Amino acid sequence: MNHLPIVPILLPSLAGTLMLLPPLSKRLWLQRWITGFGLLALVVVAGALMVLAQQQIRIYALGGWQPPFGIVLVVDRMTALLLMTTAILASCAGLYSAENEDRQGPFFYSLFWFQIMGINGAFLTGDLFNLFVFFEVLLISSYALLIHGGGKEKTKAGFQYVSLNLIGSALFLVALGTLYGTVGSLNMADLAAKVRFLTPEEQILAKVGGLLLLLVFSLKAALLPLHFWLPKAYGAASASVAALFAILTKVGFYAICRVFSGIFGDNGGDLAHFAAPWIWPLAIATIAVGSVGIYAAASLRMATANVVIVSAGTLLLTLVVNDGQSLPIGLFYLLHSTAVTGALFLVADQMGTQRGAAPNQHVGTAPEKQSALLGWLFLTASVAAVGLPPLSGFVGKALLLQSTTRFIEQVWVWPALLISSFASLVAFSRAGTAYFWNATPSPSPPVGGDKLRLTQIVAISILLASTALMAVYADRILTYSQGAAEDLRRHPLTDSANLTEERSGLNAAHES
Amino acid sequence: MPRLTERWGRSASAAAAALLPAAVLAILLPRVSAVLAGQVYRLEANWIPSHGMNFGFQLDGLSLLFSTLIVGIGLLVILYARYYLPERDKGGRFYAYLLFFMAAMLGVVLSTNLLQLWFFWELTSVSSFLLIGYWHHRSDARRGARMALTMTGAGGLALLGGFVLIGQTVGSYDIGQVLSNGHLIQSSGRYHAILILVLLGAFTKSAQFPFHFWLPHAMAAPTPVSAYLHSATMVKAGLFLLARLYPILAGTASWFLIVSITGMLTMLIGAYQALLKHDLKGLLAYSTISHLGLITLLFGMGSALAAVAAVFHIINHATFKASLFMAAGIIDHETGSRDMRKLNGLWKHMPITATLAMVAAAAMAGVPLLNGFLSKEMFFAETLDQSTLGSISWMIPVFATIGAAFSVAYSLRFIHDVFFNGEPVNLPRKPHEPPRYMRVPVEILVALCLIIGILPEYTAGKVLAGASTVVLGGQLPTYHLHIWHGLNTPFVMSVIAMFAGGAIYYGRGRIFKLQTFFPARDESRLFDDAMRKGQHFFRTLLDHFDNGSMQRAVFWLLFVALVFMMVPLMELDMTIGLRPQIPVDFVMISGATLLCVSSVATVIWHHQRLLAILLLSVVGLVVAIVFALFSAPDLALTQLSVEVVTIVLLLLSLHFLPKRIRNFSSPTIIIRDASLAVLIGGVVGTITFALLTQPFDTISGFFTENAKSLGGGTNVVNVILVDFRGFDTYGEISVLAIAAIGITALIDGIHQAKIPSDPNALGWAIDKHPMMLSVISQAMLPLAIVVSVYIFLRGHNLPGGGFIAGLITAIAMIQQYVAQGYTWLAARMPLNYPSMVAGGLLTAAMTGLGAFLWRQPFLKSWHGHPHLPLIGEIELASAMVFDLGVYLTVVGACMMILSRLGRLSSSSEAR
Repeated sequence: MNHLPIVPILLPSLAGTLMLLPPLSKRLWLQRWITGFGLLALVVVAGALMVLAQQQIRIYALGGWQPPFGIVLVVDRMTALLLMTTAILASCAGLYSAENEDRQGPFFYSLFWFQIMGINGAFLTGDLFNLFVFFEVLLISSYALLIHGGGKEKTKAGFQYVSLNLIGSALFLVALGTLYGTVGSLNMADLAAKVRFLTPEEQILAKVGGLLLLLVFSLKAALLPLHFWLPKAYGAASASVAALFAILTKVGFYAICRVFSGIFGDNGGDLAHFAAPWIWPLAIATIAVGSVGIYAAASLRMATANVVIVSAGTLLLTLVVNDGQSLPIGLFYLLHSTAVTGALFLVADQMGTQRGAAPNQHVGTAPEKQSALLGWLFLTASVAAVGLPPLSGFVGKALLLQSTTRFIEQVWVWPALLISSFASLVAFSRAGTAYFWNATPSPSPPVGGDKLRLTQIVAISILLASTALMAVYADRILTYSQGAAEDLRRHPLTDSANLTEERSGLNAAHES
Repeated sequence: MPRLTERWGRSASAAAAALLPAAVLAILLPRVSAVLAGQVYRLEANWIPSHGMNFGFQLDGLSLLFSTLIVGIGLLVILYARYYLPERDKGGRFYAYLLFFMAAMLGVVLSTNLLQLWFFWELTSVSSFLLIGYWHHRSDARRGARMALTMTGAGGLALLGGFVLIGQTVGSYDIGQVLSNGHLIQSSGRYHAILILVLLGAFTKSAQFPFHFWLPHAMAAPTPVSAYLHSATMVKAGLFLLARLYPILAGTASWFLIVSITGMLTMLIGAYQALLKHDLKGLLAYSTISHLGLITLLFGMGSALAAVAAVFHIINHATFKASLFMAAGIIDHETGSRDMRKLNGLWKHMPITATLAMVAAAAMAGVPLLNGFLSKEMFFAETLDQSTLGSISWMIPVFATIGAAFSVAYSLRFIHDVFFNGEPVNLPRKPHEPPRYMRVPVEILVALCLIIGILPEYTAGKVLAGASTVVLGGQLPTYHLHIWHGLNTPFVMSVIAMFAGGAIYYGRGRIFKLQTFFPARDESRLFDDAMRKGQHFFRTLLDHFDNGSMQRAVFWLLFVALVFMMVPLMELDMTIGLRPQIPVDFVMISGATLLCVSSVATVIWHHQRLLAILLLSVVGLVVAIVFALFSAPDLALTQLSVEVVTIVLLLLSLHFLPKRIRNFSSPTIIIRDASLAVLIGGVVGTITFALLTQPFDTISGFFTENAKSLGGGTNVVNVILVDFRGFDTYGEISVLAIAAIGITALIDGIHQAKIPSDPNALGWAIDKHPMMLSVISQAMLPLAIVVSVYIFLRGHNLPGGGFIAGLITAIAMIQQYVAQGYTWLAARMPLNYPSMVAGGLLTAAMTGLGAFLWRQPFLKSWHGHPHLPLIGEIELASAMVFDLGVYLTVVGACMMILSRLGRLSSSSEAR
């Protein structure tokens, strides 16, 4: 029995739990070290899963209960890729937080680990209700992390965040009830196999359920007009938390992929791609408002938060452009935007704290303590974010433009993509000149916060280096994500050989 | 590298910087003759072959010409900058940027692939941004840099669109492939889109009207940068693009109209503006724009000879303009001023520099024996051949002559104002000759102007032919490079331009006076203001949309939910399915009425928090009854206990909230929200009705059938919770645990912030801990715990289980808190709730992990019926241990929240 698939859930869960218990709960330094090694292990496990998934889709039946009755974890290339992304991003966020931020409130690492547990669980599960459970884990821990450190702004942003998402959870349950009442199952693969046999009346109800799921996931992915929580939440959170949150909106996108490419995808019969006409306007409007948001942002953090919104819209586009054939490019873009926004949040935070006065506005003040270093980090991060060469953003953008071939799609997609890039170009060049070039050397010693420590520089550099590496090894990543997109469409239950193997193992277990 | 060597001084960093161009030159030179003979060197590597992106370099006639210009002038600029930069600047950063630019520019001209070309194209924009903003303490440098980046960046994005369109049309991004498939592009319906997008890219880069205004402001850069990027190389990238794509894009009426008219306008506007500038570099900047316009015009004319002339003028302009910029830099450096109203009579102070500058300026004006003259003659000859504009084609040579006349006028101004025309006025420094080696680059370039001007065929001839062949796609027209073509019309036009130029210069006072009627404009400020205004506008717009109101966000969420549910439902004709229905009885009707009334009442009285909470509890109780009625005792029990715990916690937190809400919504919003609520309720009701009346075919049968045989329990709900879907439960108890520690952290934050309880909040009762209550609840505690143990144990077979038992225990303990108060109990029951929660989670996880020992998946359960002496056969299941974990987590989480709230309230009371 290969237990590897459950490790990305169990390891964070145990780490989070143990850090609440006495030997660890009072010793922050021990928590830091364990977190470090745990994250490293997570990266290794994700790597191993990436290799495993390339051979075959793995199913892990929890409690030994066969699908569709029990809960299964499914490791395909899509999942493995996202687990890896999460592991790397979390490592960087953890590394960054270990200097100072983890001290600003209680239970930081516990929450941090539970957050990872929720994210990984959402990526791994093959069951819609279980997805709901992990959404809850993810939501409640992100809420707790968001208000980590306290303060009025965080509490306020957190309140809106958690309230909206709780309403979302309620709607999620309505959606699940509707789908279960119509199709009679919650296992994703089982659903995928069954939706095409629905009667016309049932199809309508399944559509209602499906669209409600789209709504709930769009809320997570911060698509228009459900994005209201995002700028405030990301703007208020601690830097490492905001960086970790870079993956959160991607969970929403991932879930949309699972449902609308896996279940209501090519094999959906009458329901195949029924949501595409809904997804189009959502995506375009999100990019449009996000771009305006980037352009109009008064602070760097707000601009970055809007970059997250734009990337959410762009990702969603890849699901529908070209009948979903662009999804591999979308996955590439997902990796890129996760790394970049993560890095930008970290850099923006340092830029703000080091200058002391006017931490978050585009005005000239005394120079940052490490203005040369920060300047380079910021330049690299913004080049990647705007989508300029030589970093990965440009590859994703060019490929996405290229894969949009139909005229009617080009008319929508191209202006959206190009104008969003332009908006960020303007915004980041303005920010850069204001923060680094418009510095008046002050006679008094700088009053700003601490300098970047070596570990923090490493954390940011890993993220930035990964965007460069992504551009260099773009072909390999695209090949893998091509496979991921295929896995998404071809669900394991339709792959009968795979299932029989698991089933026979199961029966043998019961007989013994 | 220059950054590393700068510690050894300016010369060291300059020398280090010169290594790269020298190396490139060493690679280029041996291949010159072969390339001119028509050979093409290619070097290619796969990058993203699956999407048609490869990485490669190719050296043909056109790229040879451009790379020679880039590297050659680059070397001269490096030498020049060594003396130009101020003493304290060691130049490491400067040279690093400069090399970055040089590499990017070489990449542009050597690319084999359109997307790769774009890749380097954008890098030139970025490096130009860094170089313009090199003296970043100056606000004009910052503005200029931003504006240049914005304009060229926007053009770059358009260009990317154009390239991708080309790629999609041709099916390849390889430049060779693209060039040989020109017919595909010209015949495709996308030709115009491609043309416009590509031209937008080229025109913004090459500062063509109406995008020209960024270039003069880019002059805030150090002069070597202006000489290099903004006259000799980068701005030529747009022209390079026109030349590269000439075979596939040129030759149509739209090409002619757009390109030549743009070029013409740019040439005239640039030439006129150049005359007006008092700043030396401003004059040169506008003259650059004008000459770029001239070259664009030549490309636009579409004839083969015009293209040759365009390429030739690219060479000539690069040589004379770079030397002029360097001369201007020397003047600036040695006098401290660039204002031509102050700079006068420098001939006496720096005769050598003056001579050099005068020769270069003469080349710019198109004086015979110099290279500028030759290409200008070719230009004139071509304008005469034009007939595309029909009967008004005669205007082209006329405008060309006017442009040339202005060119003569500003060249004259450059020479006469600066070097003669009286004495210097208030110069910051005493003018003198520059250091010897600062002049060398200028000398070399000026010598080139002369040599090419006198012996064109032997010097530039072959390179020109090589490059033009590529531009024209193979066939080279017959042309002759001679100094003297005889007394023909072009020569007459030149002579007219000379005299007219002289006249214009003589009458410049009138033009200056005319110009005073127009308000002076600073484009960079206008641009900045426009950007700022746009930003402000959009911010207001966004704030209007997202005003931070929670109500609005929720409204949108629910509104979208409504639309998503309603639209598919409208297709549904019949909601009543075929399922037999249960008759409605009195209990149901009264229950439903109670539920509706209490829900509506909660909403109506939500301003009075206490009342609202009490009404809410009624809703919860009715729901519990509904569960019980429809034979779901487990759910009913859970609902009941959850209800009690939440209501108590809510009541506790009331202490910190105002009794009443002061803000009331406007009637419009109330109506809006009420209608939304009614609609959503109706829609969800319809869905539920439709669902419940459908024939039901689900997997639930499996659970009811196998609970006993496979799960070892008869209570299906509990077996599902702890076994079939135990993983869900594991997740949910994690949620509970996280919520508890999250709330703890939140309350601790409030605690530290010392937020006092609201003065209008509900105070505690005066009789804090009534005697009766404390006595009874103390007696109740053991009883309640026994009950919860009972509930826990029977859980696997009868309604109950860890979750409900945990809640019952929690209620019993909460009662102790209520009765005795926080401090009293905390002293007597020192339980560490976080550990309890963690212990519960750990128990559950360990139960699951135990299965690993038997090589079974996580949470695989075991159950059996061991026979114990005395007691007899008992039923045991590993799931019960898991359930114990659930129990501990639930108790711990509830108590953790409660105790924090309690601590907070007792501390706020103490104040």
